[in-house]
Amino acid sequence: MTIYGTALLAACLLAGNFLGLLLGQAMGIDANVGGVGIAMLLLIVVTDRLRDRGLLAAPTQTGVVYWSSVYIPIVVAMAATQNVLAAVSAGTVALLAGGLAVAAGFVLVPLLARLGNDA
Amino acid sequence: MTTLWPTLELVLTKHPLVTAFAVVGFIMWSASILSKRLTRGRMHASAIAIAIGLLLAYLSGLSTGGTKGVADIEWLSGMGLLGGAMLRDFAIVATAFGVRLDEFRKTGLAGMLSLVIGVLLSFFVGATVAYAFGYRDAVSMTTIGGGAATYIVGPVTGSALGASSEVMALSVAAGLVKSILVMVVTPAVARWIGLTTPRAALIFGGLMGTTSGVAAGLAATDEKLVPYGAMTATFYTGLGCLLGPSLVFFTIRVLLSL
Repeated sequence: MTIYGTALLAACLLAGNFLGLLLGQAMGIDANVGGVGIAMLLLIVVTDRLRDRGLLAAPTQTGVVYWSSVYIPIVVAMAATQNVLAAVSAGTVALLAGGLAVAAGFVLVPLLARLGNDA
Repeated sequence: MTTLWPTLELVLTKHPLVTAFAVVGFIMWSASILSKRLTRGRMHASAIAIAIGLLLAYLSGLSTGGTKGVADIEWLSGMGLLGGAMLRDFAIVATAFGVRLDEFRKTGLAGMLSLVIGVLLSFFVGATVAYAFGYRDAVSMTTIGGGAATYIVGPVTGSALGASSEVMALSVAAGLVKSILVMVVTPAVARWIGLTTPRAALIFGGLMGTTSGVAAGLAATDEKLVPYGAMTATFYTGLGCLLGPSLVFFTIRVLLSL
């Protein structure tokens, strides 16, 4: 059944966020540490196991794949609900702080990618 | 005739999420036509769709004076639900389906390194800019530096340290600038910085950290890279909230007292 896949996906996100909050509390901060990342790992591991045992029927997979295929439309909705006006009309301090952080990040991507290759 | 729009508006307002599905579908369709006709497929349809979304959010901000883009228009409030953190995270997790665990293992070390470097670098850049513009106390510098990390790290750090509301607003604005810039600039520079492989995407997510920026930037570049960048980015805000009010704040205070 398709809902099995969607329910599995939901369970992974809920469990991930739960563990992420516990991890944050253990570190003494009021924030979710990697909840979504943990959920992604959970989904990968659980679906791998189920597939190996032949328990991942095609309809079940559809229940996950549908949500991955509407990812871009969801991101478009997210873009349409950002506070773009505040970003565009931000003062010099905010523009420079945000802009230079982005520039530094872009410059470092190829450097770090190369660094990791040697290891 | 005069009752047509009010009636339609009532229907749309009563079905917020359904309206959002239809509106986003229409934006995607327009974007794919624009991509084919105007750029002959050279510019990704998803990049155009995201740009249209940002433009609509800007125009809505101008006309409503609100902060939630098109979601401030009553009959489009469902866009806030469809594009909100809950469904966004749900879809991000779904993109990991079918990804091989090996990819994460191989890049694990570089990914973690990129996270720590990304967080510290953003704080450094933001705090330096703050200093240059006369915000020379450790609390303000750390808070604005946090904003250069993400628009969540900034206010979380600021409220932990007791920053002024003016500085808090600045840090949120810096985070917004970062997030939107990452959305818009990533597809343009992707090839130039070698953002074409899963490992580069993992590192990119760790360096940038803004989940919304990374999510949209990679979607507009290459959908296959999304799970890798999103994975590291989701650890970034937590790490920033951890390091900001502690390590970064103390380091800045020591540096200022020299």
